[in-house]
Amino acid sequence: MSRWRTAVGVVLTGVMLFPVYWMVNVSLTRTGDMRADPPHWFPWDPTFEGYAAALGQQLPALATSLFIGLGTVALTLLVALPAGYALAKLLPRGTGAIDFLLLVTQMIPAVVMAMGFYAIYIRLGMLNTVAGLIVADSTLAVPFAVLLFRAFMAGIPREIMAAAQIDGAGTWRTFRSVVLPLSRNSVITVSLFAFLWAWSDFIFASTLNRSSDTIPVTLGIFRYIGNNTTQWNAIMATAVIASVPAAFLLVLAQRYIAAGVTAGAVKD
Amino acid sequence: MALIRTDAVATGGRPTAKVSPAPGRRPSGRWTALAFLAPLVVYLLVFYAYPLYRNIELSVHDYTPRAFVQGDPEFTGLDNYRAVLSDDAFLAALRNTALFTLVSIAFQYALGLALAVFFQRGFRLSAVLRAMFLVPWLLPLIVSASTWSWMLNSDNGIVNAFLRAFGIGQINWLTSPGTALLSVTVANIWLGIPFNLVILYAGLQNIPASLYEAAGLDGANAWQRFWRITFPLLRPVSAITLLLGLIYTLKVVDIIWIMTRGGPADASATLAIWSYREAFGTGQPDFSPAAAVGNLLILIAFAAGLLHVRMQRKEGIS
Repeated sequence: MSRWRTAVGVVLTGVMLFPVYWMVNVSLTRTGDMRADPPHWFPWDPTFEGYAAALGQQLPALATSLFIGLGTVALTLLVALPAGYALAKLLPRGTGAIDFLLLVTQMIPAVVMAMGFYAIYIRLGMLNTVAGLIVADSTLAVPFAVLLFRAFMAGIPREIMAAAQIDGAGTWRTFRSVVLPLSRNSVITVSLFAFLWAWSDFIFASTLNRSSDTIPVTLGIFRYIGNNTTQWNAIMATAVIASVPAAFLLVLAQRYIAAGVTAGAVKD
Repeated sequence: MALIRTDAVATGGRPTAKVSPAPGRRPSGRWTALAFLAPLVVYLLVFYAYPLYRNIELSVHDYTPRAFVQGDPEFTGLDNYRAVLSDDAFLAALRNTALFTLVSIAFQYALGLALAVFFQRGFRLSAVLRAMFLVPWLLPLIVSASTWSWMLNSDNGIVNAFLRAFGIGQINWLTSPGTALLSVTVANIWLGIPFNLVILYAGLQNIPASLYEAAGLDGANAWQRFWRITFPLLRPVSAITLLLGLIYTLKVVDIIWIMTRGGPADASATLAIWSYREAFGTGQPDFSPAAAVGNLLILIAFAAGLLHVRMQRKEGIS
């Protein structure tokens, strides 16, 4: 029975992940074989010309995306960590309004946010800047980060914090020396997701950054598709490279999300 | 010590996460709390409230690109909304939005639930396979969308090659008006399955195993167990999953824009695509109608949220 389920599970996963397989397959196919009929189901004769082209042309875009991702993580943590602490431990009542606001933020379409930012940035001269994109991308992660930190920090036993206060630590000191180290797993989880969302962002990049020289890789791929429809191996190779953070997250955050959930339940 | 004791009592039996800590014993406590909260409040005001306000402002003025830079647009009240609502393209976009959203969330939910039930009973490799199902959710949308574009390519796509093997002629998935919306919907369903699977699977974990055991003793088969136990007990989780699915699907732009740009001839243009195209999709940005369409989208999402809250409340009473 169990073996039968495993077999079905493997087949279902295979069907689900077929597009991912196909992306890798195409990325390794020779340009000459790209329009073969029937298509090559397996790259028997793989080529790395797609990857060479991708790295040759998209390396600056990948670096830009990396920088934007890291900047977004920093900004998100800066805003969300103290807020999570305040909501979880300092202001337990009267947080309903903030909860409601954070849920409403989920309802705003990205295109509406993009128009708002565009209207502001055009005045401030922040269009086509990396800093502007970092600020815009952080709006994807901040609501999630605040809710996650709040849930996590609410689970930190009061005994530990009371002990710190008896030792004479103030609120800031307790936050820095007790709460932050204990929140490590949730910080890692938030960082990974904030990075991934900024890395994957297309709408803000295509609106706030569209005439810039320093474009992120998502826009790089989009322009690739527009300009260059013959070299699909290079496009798919860039897509594979752009998927690396997702693969990384899948392996790492699996563990940290689980750790975050179990650590939230305090045993006494 | 007294503080620790009260907390220990308060914690007894309940998860600590729900316990309200004792706030502001000292008068300065409240100010400290506000100081910690200040970055978030400033952030929400500057980066959410202000863009939203700007958006409303855009929608009640006539912003030409020139007025946009100079900042002297003409106030037109609700004219933009009137123009949008009476536009022939509006009904078509509304219909496309409804089809795209409802078909997407129906299939995402049904398939996600079927998979969650399938994974409910662990088996060899089940944890690994379940994790693999997250991949479509984690990939950048541009990656998924361009992969689907190439798979659905009329001449060289794998989908048409597969169909050819069964004697089915070429289908122009992305370039014919009859199939463009269907194609982006299929891609979007694929993208949404992992999210539904994760939430519904977590919901299933909270259904006590003893219920299934009791039903098993009563001779209930798998089908009856699903409809009598799993489905009714999962209702609150299902409701929030569908609501979030609706909110997220209403605002989808990237996947459609990358695959079809709303075309051919508006065949796959939803309200969100319409808004995006007016504002950023052409050489001539037209922000005012775009903002009006965007605000209508927020209203629809908000209405769905209110409906959800009302239904929750009703259920709580009965």
